[in-house]
Amino acid sequence: MLEHLVPILAGALAAATPLIFAGLGELVTERSGVMNLGVEGMMSVGAIAAFAAASHSGHGATLGLPAGALAGMLTALIFAFFTLSLAANQAACGLALTIFGVGLSAFIGQHYVSYSLPGLAGLNLPLLADIPVLGPIFFRQNAVVYLSLLAFAIVAWVLAKSKLGLMLKAVGESPESAHAIGYPVLAIRYGAVAFGGAMAGIAGAYLSTVYTPLWVQNMSAGRGWISVALVVFATWKPTRLLLGAYLFGGITILQFHAQGLGIAVPVQVLAALPYVATVIVLVAISRDKRLLQLNLPASLGKSFLP
Amino acid sequence: MHLLEPRAQPSRVMRWAAPPLAIVAMLIAGSLLFWALGKNPLGSFKVFFIDPLTSAYGWGELLVKACPLILIAEGLAIGFKARIYNIGAEGQLIMGALFGGGVAIYYNDSTSMWVLPAMVAAGALGGALWGWLPAVLKTNFNAEETLTTLMLNYVAVFILEYMVSGPWRDPDGMNFPQSVMFSDNALFRVLADGSRVNTSIFIALFVVLAFWLFNARSFLAYKLEIGGHAPAASRYAGFSARQTVWFSLIISGLTAGLAGVGEVAGPVGQLNLNISPGYGYAAIIVAYLGRLHAAGIVLAGFLMALIYLGGEAAQVSLQMPAAITGIFQGMLLLFLLGADAFIDNRLRRPA
Amino acid sequence: MNPQQEPRLSLLHITKRYPGVVANSDVSLSVHPGEIRAVLGENGAGKSTLMKIIYGAVKADEGEIMWNGRQVDIANPAQARRLGIGMVFQHFSLFETMSVVENIALVLDEKFDLASLAVRVKEVSERYGLPLDPHRLVHNLSVGERQRVEIVRCLLQKPQLLILDEPTSVLTPQAVRKLFETLRKLASEGISILYISHKLDEIQELCDSATIMRGGKVTGHAVPREETSASLARMMIGRELPVCEAKPYTGEPHTVLEVRGLSLPADNPFGTTLKDISLTVQAGEILGIAGISGNGQAELLMALSGENPVSMDTVLLQGKAIGHLDAGQRRDLGLVFVPEERLGRGAVPPLSLARNALLTGHRLAGMKGWGLVNYSKARNFAKECIQRFDVRCNGPDSAARSLSGGNLQKFIVGREIMLAPKLMIVAQPTWGVDVGAAAFLRQTLLDLSRSGVAILVISEELEELFEISDRIAVLAEGRLSAAKPRQQTDAESVGLQMSGLFDTTTPEASHASA
Repeated sequence: MLEHLVPILAGALAAATPLIFAGLGELVTERSGVMNLGVEGMMSVGAIAAFAAASHSGHGATLGLPAGALAGMLTALIFAFFTLSLAANQAACGLALTIFGVGLSAFIGQHYVSYSLPGLAGLNLPLLADIPVLGPIFFRQNAVVYLSLLAFAIVAWVLAKSKLGLMLKAVGESPESAHAIGYPVLAIRYGAVAFGGAMAGIAGAYLSTVYTPLWVQNMSAGRGWISVALVVFATWKPTRLLLGAYLFGGITILQFHAQGLGIAVPVQVLAALPYVATVIVLVAISRDKRLLQLNLPASLGKSFLP
Repeated sequence: MHLLEPRAQPSRVMRWAAPPLAIVAMLIAGSLLFWALGKNPLGSFKVFFIDPLTSAYGWGELLVKACPLILIAEGLAIGFKARIYNIGAEGQLIMGALFGGGVAIYYNDSTSMWVLPAMVAAGALGGALWGWLPAVLKTNFNAEETLTTLMLNYVAVFILEYMVSGPWRDPDGMNFPQSVMFSDNALFRVLADGSRVNTSIFIALFVVLAFWLFNARSFLAYKLEIGGHAPAASRYAGFSARQTVWFSLIISGLTAGLAGVGEVAGPVGQLNLNISPGYGYAAIIVAYLGRLHAAGIVLAGFLMALIYLGGEAAQVSLQMPAAITGIFQGMLLLFLLGADAFIDNRLRRPA
Repeated sequence: MNPQQEPRLSLLHITKRYPGVVANSDVSLSVHPGEIRAVLGENGAGKSTLMKIIYGAVKADEGEIMWNGRQVDIANPAQARRLGIGMVFQHFSLFETMSVVENIALVLDEKFDLASLAVRVKEVSERYGLPLDPHRLVHNLSVGERQRVEIVRCLLQKPQLLILDEPTSVLTPQAVRKLFETLRKLASEGISILYISHKLDEIQELCDSATIMRGGKVTGHAVPREETSASLARMMIGRELPVCEAKPYTGEPHTVLEVRGLSLPADNPFGTTLKDISLTVQAGEILGIAGISGNGQAELLMALSGENPVSMDTVLLQGKAIGHLDAGQRRDLGLVFVPEERLGRGAVPPLSLARNALLTGHRLAGMKGWGLVNYSKARNFAKECIQRFDVRCNGPDSAARSLSGGNLQKFIVGREIMLAPKLMIVAQPTWGVDVGAAAFLRQTLLDLSRSGVAILVISEELEELFEISDRIAVLAEGRLSAAKPRQQTDAESVGLQMSGLFDTTTPEASHASA
């Protein structure tokens, strides 16, 4: 059993990483009152930009990640212009961004279909990596996995402890009040959307340059949407998001180990599992209306014209 | 950053001018894209938007592609009026195709005239079922339909994959994930030789007319509209929120299911993994572009069909990937939503 | 106050235009250190715009602002605060899910340190008689406590000028007196105060001077104590305050609405639980329910209107148990409702009046059949409503949101009256409505009741309730006091009850007192 469990858990950590990045980004965006359903699109653009930058420069993920972040951010700014400056419908714009982003990535990606990149080796943290069981699970991951934890720590701290976090919450709860006391609501929301885009871009970059270092069309495969659902599941709290991401990482990785575990289920059933689980998790969390109402940024999804 | 201020009265002009404006903006952005890729914008446009329409076959193909788009969009528009964001039409289409296709596969040797009607009914049922599920999840468990409908798209794809590579796989199909070809008895009749236009267009025609009447005159449509604009007013008037959700999602699932049958019993002729080139998503754009109006959707459906045809033509003559369709679709929807902002708002005058 | 001193703030010839309206036209006023100056005017007179200009939230098109003798350009609220201008908003600019101290920290330009700030909040709040617990969440605070948060938030910035926008509309008479004490103490320390209100008696009690506005213009300056209510009113609305006329009811009295022991847990975390509410409304009378919003008003209205059905036997209409019915079914039985939110609940903002008429009018004969709507009937219905109830608009095709508050309210009230109700429930009938329309609406309600309709009015405005109600009860903390005939009670005792000081009564007891 253990010989299966260790690679499953180690794999879960790696599979959860893009969900953590994209989920944290969307969490910050939604805290400011903006619902960006374009995560899937931003992730795709980030993935292809990272792949292109990595393969042309020969620097791999080192350049891929920042390139992905930049591309994701630029894509997010398109969304921000339409939903914030023009106050257009957020849900529909997010969808448009996804259609656009997935199309754009496939379009550019056509030239990269046969390329592959060298992956990113695990860090093998000295001493720690040699601990039985825990070592292979936690201490032989690649650097980006640890980077996602750092990102989590920073976002969690900023939201809970800093004035910036309080400002985001204020803008997300009541843009009218925030405007009345003199906060630049739109500028803050622009910032939050751009951050969300950058994080989605990093998530995409991780997929194309680290996780499976080659280009496949539609490689985000709904992970962007799952990240959006995770934010609801997390009731807009970073710690719950982290746990949710690991849960989904585990579910995703399960299909590759099912045979070894002796689970005789059609491969499609296992592949569908993350999506079915997302629906189940959404239902489970949404049932408790009070819990959602207490945590939901009150202005989420609503346009604000001062 | 604040570009707009509200108008006292919504602008009627902008309501109808927004779609043409969005199309023009898309064409401009498209030219920039072609130009950036080193192609001649005018020539590319000719390939994309003119060439497909220079033959009778082209016009037939336009109709073949417009039909499912219009069918789905008519159903979605009803939900969108009520602000029920069903983005699961793709999955509902697939379920419709599966249910309808299942009938065709089981009665492949039958010569009964009822096979095709049974397929249509089964397809409608399959789509409606896939719309009903998120409706229940929303009214009974408060789960957002945007995310649940979208997730169910993926689930539907995996069910289709399982069926065509398992129980319904064509035994003589060299292990390809596809079913047997349907017998002629299980296919819509082709209307003109050499084209793929078939009798399923009459279903679309009927739906357009029925929905036109429904939107213009029915009390239920009025109730849906109120629910979309102001849920509190709907509750105040005593309209049922559950009815709104269920009706919207089931009816849009149903038309998407019909579109699915239309594909498998029409141009595709079997169950395989390429039933829909994203019609379920594109129909969302069609619905908005057509102003959620039964007749407007017909026009928008043809435009979207043209974008699909143009995408195919660009693949052949410009060696561009088919994904260019998605870029154009995304831009079109974004520009449309941007232009729509000017229905209720206008540019802020400098103080 | 010393008039010889340089004014703390002078506004010179301020003009501000919006599309279609001039909000402020050549407005000048000044306020000295330690002076409490009233800015008096009715809804829509341009007071709020003027205050937003001072606070930097809106930019004037013309005119100058002088601050302590220097011309200044106030670009945004942060700059206004740095100058020493503090503002207490009418609709508080507080964040419900945050604590008191977090709300305050948001406006201070200083190092972010909640612990030390909490200590200072406590100090300042105690010094000025505004007790506050810095760590409580705002959504758990009463309206009066929220106002304290706003004031303390201003005081922590050491303001030289404090602007209060309609600060007493949400306070009990007792709380108003405490607020006035605090304001006088602040003035005695040299702080200038601009006090915006339309309440004449308060201004006469508190303010040293007054600037009166009407239609965006200054119509006069006065010393309120030297004026009569009538002379102030003339300056404010250009004529005498209209008075309503209540004839006695001559028809047969019988109980139309009865509520029996209605208890209801709050359905959301920010709501109020209703506790054992009983009341009756007779044909031909108006029952007024006083109290500050947030004490169960919203929940009670939802339960009575049917928007939130309750258990069957708790609500009876003419003896028939209707608690389980939804709003539409209740309307069929003769119960109509005019909600507080006109836009988005009583009417759909972007839709035409004709379509809005259909919202409840569809229940009338001939409006629909075979599932189809007769839209020309709906249009005629809207036309008739516009004529009968003096709704000023561009006809039945105008969007609901294009109407002024008063005219939209007339339309909604008219629409419901045209349904020929037996019982009408009205929430905040004249909230945000100009004086003329308010008088029209009150008279309409009085006339309706005298025609034999039972009316239940829930309002925050005590004066209004005393003007039109036959009996008055108070809703506080989810409990309802026994209704008393208007002649047997007064603002003072109602005010005490508004802070929850009463015994709950059995339905029998409330009957006995009726």
